[in-house]
Amino acid sequence: MSEQLKVPTIAEYMVEGKQPEILFWVGSAGSYDDRAKKITKAFVKLLNSAKVDFAVLGAEESNTGDVAKRAGNEFLFQMQAMMNIEVLNGYEVKRIVTCDPHSFNCIKNEYPSLGGVYDVIHHTQYIKELIDAGRLSVKGDTYKGKRITFHDPCYLGRANSEFDAPRNVLQKSNGTLVEMKKSKRFALCCGAGGAQMFKEPEKGDMDVNILRTKQALETTPDIIATGCPYCNTMMTDGIKAKEKEKSVEVLDIAEVIANSL
Amino acid sequence: MQYISNIIFAIILIAGVGYFARNIKKLIRNIKLGQDVDVSDNKPQRWKNMARIALGQSKMVVRPIAGILHIIVYVGFVIINVEVLEIIIDGLFGTHRIGLKVLPESVYGFLIGSFEVLAVLVLLAVVFFWTRRNVINLKRFKSLKGWPKNDGNIILYFEVVLMCLFLVMNATDTSFQEMGSGNVISGFMAPWFNEVSTDTLHLIERSAWWLHIFGILVFLNYLYFSKHLHILLAFPNTYYGKLTPKGQFNNLEAVTKEVKLMMDPNADPFAAPVEGDEDEEPAKFGASDVMDLNQIQLLNAYTCTECGRCTSECPANQTGKKLSPRKIMMDTRDRLVEVGKNIDANGGEFKDDGKQLLNDYITKEELWACTTCNACVEACPVSIDPLSIIMEMRRYLVMEESAAPMELNNMMTNIENNGAPWPYNQQDRLNWANEN
Repeated sequence: MSEQLKVPTIAEYMVEGKQPEILFWVGSAGSYDDRAKKITKAFVKLLNSAKVDFAVLGAEESNTGDVAKRAGNEFLFQMQAMMNIEVLNGYEVKRIVTCDPHSFNCIKNEYPSLGGVYDVIHHTQYIKELIDAGRLSVKGDTYKGKRITFHDPCYLGRANSEFDAPRNVLQKSNGTLVEMKKSKRFALCCGAGGAQMFKEPEKGDMDVNILRTKQALETTPDIIATGCPYCNTMMTDGIKAKEKEKSVEVLDIAEVIANSL
Repeated sequence: MQYISNIIFAIILIAGVGYFARNIKKLIRNIKLGQDVDVSDNKPQRWKNMARIALGQSKMVVRPIAGILHIIVYVGFVIINVEVLEIIIDGLFGTHRIGLKVLPESVYGFLIGSFEVLAVLVLLAVVFFWTRRNVINLKRFKSLKGWPKNDGNIILYFEVVLMCLFLVMNATDTSFQEMGSGNVISGFMAPWFNEVSTDTLHLIERSAWWLHIFGILVFLNYLYFSKHLHILLAFPNTYYGKLTPKGQFNNLEAVTKEVKLMMDPNADPFAAPVEGDEDEEPAKFGASDVMDLNQIQLLNAYTCTECGRCTSECPANQTGKKLSPRKIMMDTRDRLVEVGKNIDANGGEFKDDGKQLLNDYITKEELWACTTCNACVEACPVSIDPLSIIMEMRRYLVMEESAAPMELNNMMTNIENNGAPWPYNQQDRLNWANEN
């Protein structure tokens, strides 16, 4: 991505006395993880292309506390949540979009009873909205005819029943969507959830991401599409372990669309 | 003397129902050992869920073969038990086939005829179920050993005996056979008894009748000790099932109070407790034993019929880890039953037995293998939530015992110090925007 991205902070909006249409919650992975940063940038490219007045919190954003909560540390979760809510409410944020289904689920479902009530959407839902409204046009030459299989993130799919938006958006790439045997409601986890991302797995005979990668490879895909930075890492590691990185690419839906503009 | 059989029948009936009622009271007492939880919201949706998931068996057919066969056994069992009503009236008042006196012959015949067809379908389904459990190498059944395995089979044998008694009872009932309406199956069985004298035939018919009702009462009382409680508890359990999105975990109120106090700049950290608050026991965070779980979670445990769909969908279990959501539910029930027995033995008071659900039943290794993916919750045909129990126990481990795996402690320290699970500076959060 050679062109300069426009990433205004919400503080800059405040100075001008304006409100952004939507706040982009970048999340910890999207801010610091090298692979996830590419997803963040691809999504910003889409936002810029659709001329969305968005803002980020920048250094005022902190971890949602989601992973602490799943690890059992309710204290840390609620402290993080209340700090973030104070910032978000201070800026009178109404609408939030994020590329991370864990942040999406956490802010959407677990912040309200702590005083943070927002309209929270996942980036695949927002991309669909932008395309449907005619704000984002996708040429769709890059992946024409390529076989794409979508791995449902647990916290977008099963946890929040969103199965269609990512698939609808992927269709705009003109690729051929192929479903794994276990998909949608019955999709297998990538193995990163519940704080597993940050620890070694318990003793077993296989890693979860290897099993999921096997299931994905059964569809003989050119691309494994994901909608979660953690799933992306797990599937990328799985593809490397299976020595398929030359023939199969793991891409976030935002990247697939950003490459198809 | 002519009333002696009526009296014997009444005694058996009262004893059977009475013992069952006593055990159900015990079951309710055990469930109430759990924490209160408010489930009074959204009644229309709850009734709908119960109708769809328990009555309508909507989640059973996700696995079509087992699902459809289960529906046959379920419908068969429920409908054939309408016949029990007739048996009870006949037994108490000394009538014979009271249904014939209140219903037109054709309607009665249609009813009994459909019961007979269902009885045969149930028998076929049961044979298939037995084969799945004992012959076909199905992992989720093969992994059951000892009592849970026997329990599953005993129920199948029960069904076979009850269905056979029902059919024999009809086949040897001469007046019913002569009527020629409703004997769609037993009509073919009647000739087997051609050689038998009328007296013996009557004796067989009476024996089948008595054994049938006796068997049903035994079965009813067997439920309390068996995984088969789901035929009753599936209804309340689906009614009380989670209504919020699966990904939404509850926020602990006791924590909210403390965090708010901590973050309030005007709060006096050395303030004496408010008058009246001194006696209040400090809240325990998470669960280490069944009494720390909530009542719905304990109802979940009694409802589990150990089908193992949860475990077969669990990513941790599929990759050879120790975690099995089914075992979480079975352990919870076993421990709850143990606590209940302890209370019975100690005059209504629980005496510390030096055991708890954590470690003595469920190990840390199982708890930490969970990815919180909700596959088990999705798979359960009766809305059981094993994940919520795993989460409560993790909360106990982390907040009461500080016993998280070391890597997770590092991760959490990072979040505390710099607002990210990795050791990066919060001021660098926007650096990505200027990197190429």
